[in-house]
Amino acid sequence: MSTPVLKLVAQRIAMGVLLLLAVSVLIFVGTQILPGDVAQSILGQSATPQALENLRRDMGLNDPAYIRYFRWLGGILTGNLGTALSSGQDIATSLKDRLWNTLFLASAAAVVSVPLAIGLGLLAVRYRNGPVDKIISGLGLASTSLPEFFTGYLLIYFVAVQLQWFPSVSTVYAGMPFGERLSAIALPVTVLTLVVLAHMMRMTRAAILNVMQSAYIETAELKGLTPFQIITRHAFPNAIAPIVNVVMLNLAFLIVGVVVVEVIFVYPGMGQYLVDHVAKRDVPVVQACGLVFAAVYISLNIVADIVAIVSNPRLRHPK
Amino acid sequence: MSNELDYLSRRVALGKLSRRDFLGRAAALGVTTVFANSLLSSAALAEGPVKGGTLKAGMQGGASTDSLDPATWQSQVPYKFGRQWGEQLVEIQPDGKLNPKLATEWGSSDDAKVWTFKIRKGVQFHDGKEMTPDDVVATMERHSDANSKSGALGIMGGIESVKKDGDTVVFTLKEANADLPFLMDDYHLMIQPGGGKDKPTAGIGTGPYKVVTDEPGVRHIGTKFPNYWDGDKRGHAEQIEIIVINDATARTAALQSGQVHMINRVEPKIVDLVKRVPGVTIQNVAGKGHYVFIAHCNTAPFDNMDLRMALKYAMNREEMVKTILRGYGSVGNDTPINKAYPLFSDDLEQRKYDPDKAAFHYKKSGHEGSVLLRTSDVAFPGAIDAAQLYQQSAAKAGITIEVKREPGDGYWSQVWNKQPFSESYWGGRPTQDQMFSTAYYSKADWNDTRFFNEKFDKLLLQARGELDEAKRKAMYRDMNVIVRDEGGVIVPMFNDFIDATSKKVGGWVPDGNQEMSGGYALSRCWLIA
Repeated sequence: MSTPVLKLVAQRIAMGVLLLLAVSVLIFVGTQILPGDVAQSILGQSATPQALENLRRDMGLNDPAYIRYFRWLGGILTGNLGTALSSGQDIATSLKDRLWNTLFLASAAAVVSVPLAIGLGLLAVRYRNGPVDKIISGLGLASTSLPEFFTGYLLIYFVAVQLQWFPSVSTVYAGMPFGERLSAIALPVTVLTLVVLAHMMRMTRAAILNVMQSAYIETAELKGLTPFQIITRHAFPNAIAPIVNVVMLNLAFLIVGVVVVEVIFVYPGMGQYLVDHVAKRDVPVVQACGLVFAAVYISLNIVADIVAIVSNPRLRHPK
Repeated sequence: MSNELDYLSRRVALGKLSRRDFLGRAAALGVTTVFANSLLSSAALAEGPVKGGTLKAGMQGGASTDSLDPATWQSQVPYKFGRQWGEQLVEIQPDGKLNPKLATEWGSSDDAKVWTFKIRKGVQFHDGKEMTPDDVVATMERHSDANSKSGALGIMGGIESVKKDGDTVVFTLKEANADLPFLMDDYHLMIQPGGGKDKPTAGIGTGPYKVVTDEPGVRHIGTKFPNYWDGDKRGHAEQIEIIVINDATARTAALQSGQVHMINRVEPKIVDLVKRVPGVTIQNVAGKGHYVFIAHCNTAPFDNMDLRMALKYAMNREEMVKTILRGYGSVGNDTPINKAYPLFSDDLEQRKYDPDKAAFHYKKSGHEGSVLLRTSDVAFPGAIDAAQLYQQSAAKAGITIEVKREPGDGYWSQVWNKQPFSESYWGGRPTQDQMFSTAYYSKADWNDTRFFNEKFDKLLLQARGELDEAKRKAMYRDMNVIVRDEGGVIVPMFNDFIDATSKKVGGWVPDGNQEMSGGYALSRCWLIA
């Protein structure tokens, strides 16, 4: 790989790290300006001034904010996220399981939705402006426009209650057989797929159509390639950058934006975990979750950037 | 009983006739629904429990912040799970009487100040150790420790010392308390090995099920404890599971699709719809639970007795029961006590909606501007609607109520027991003394109306030591009048507990002490094969 690509990639990664640091400052400041502090939350309404003072001293809450920030950051870098106030459990341990569940659901949804969206996008381009294209676009739009809870409840009613094909409660646990696990998440995966499908599909279609205007496509046509060969060999590779961008955006949504789906299907993921701890004003957990979400979002975007750079022939083969 | 009815009810117990069909045929034979229902449950019980299988409940009221430490229990799931793996000294029956549990018998000195509990022998903890009076003493000590933050601290406050004496445990009280045995049923007071002092979250008790999986906010599983001392009566299924399903629609769907066998908290709004689902039985029972509007008696503007009275007269109780509870409940009388309690006096005049009186007291209070009521949909099912109904009925008396909808998260820590006027609910307590001590005694942690009334406190303590029931009843009557007329609580309604079971559940006992058959559904019921 050539130096300009490496340089660009390194730049993007450095930007990402800086951005993450900035987000960590924001999260820290945000939780600091909330009324009351951690000591107050722990002791609750029965707090006496003396007890508050003692606890603040023990927890180092009397130190200036920047020292506390660096202590917190140091902890995170060494994998120590602290302990949850509400249950006294180690945050890293409980977060790990939840994050794994969320990633599992998101990957399953991605495995279904990404190929489906891109395939449908390609199909729509192949038969553009015809009935196939119109049906694909129309259905895609309709499924995206319906809110997740609505599609969720519809699926529960018809697929889980009436037909009893899949369970309505998607509780998964460690040691669950893989097949059972897949069956448990079938419905939430369907809902998530329906939500993200149209966006990716339409972007694929638009990006490829854009490329289809180019002169080299005309050349390809003239040399006798079939329409589908033209799309897959010549148009698609040149449209990868925008497609990957929108795919990554949707993957990020699958991870950080699934709270509603998790609640409806009772799925033990990050969203539910975050909501529970916000309800208990458990600041350390909220901070940790915020940071994890930010990290996921930023890294997926970096990946999109890198793919865009690497897939750009002008950057790969500089003159 | 007619032979036909007998036959039919046994068919239901065997699952060969639906409950609805049975009730229909019973009605055709001229039998009331209530009587027919009671026939049914006795028939199901008479068929005898079926052993084995996995009994599953889908329940509202669990979060990933829950713990197995009984001292921390507040919400439904950890507490209902706790009733299956842990046990107290005594257990309150559906009829309000006490049954021996880990204590076999008990008695008091003449002044009700010293209570002696004889501890059951041959009871094993899940870790194989034998339960001893020392464990009982240690448990009581842990919950009485001022630093323990135990939810039972309030009721343990009146106990001076707990000591072992041979195979008995002796409680010496600071003040006389005729109700002490009832306090021992409190769900926080699970007897743990060594009192749970070393490892409060170990989840080891003497109950019919031992904890095998504890994933807070997700699911809790118990398997049958083979050495359970009372195995014939409790713990029929081989395994029990509570799945936390906080979303009401998801809960109902899980019951319908057969993923769970019983659910709690069927919202009154949808009861009539759920009732129509084939195979689902609504289990509703009148209890002591009630919904409240609470004003802090020591905070302006609610420190004004006339304003409180105006707010009470502005409440349309009948309408609340009809609209919010869809008839699954009864009207309240601005005291937390109803006829479900022992020693209740039913001659108290029922307060009625009276816009004129409300307007009169409102004018007399001199209050101007609106009154801010905080609410949230977690306060109780239909709380927002109730606030709006109240707004309407109060408007007719010239009182402007401003309803502020608070987020459900943080409602119990930031609004309830903190803000001067809000909505909330109480699950009820076994005795009047306990209800009053928990929420109306001036020193109670949960004195959520900031009710500081010397006369009331004095009566409360006096009644507690009074062993003469007639005198006690008179005292409780006076106390109810004080709370009704001077307190900061508005009690528009007492709600039924509404649970639902699938047709696979046998042995359900209607128990108004708590939802889910008094909290014991998972160990009382069995799976019909």
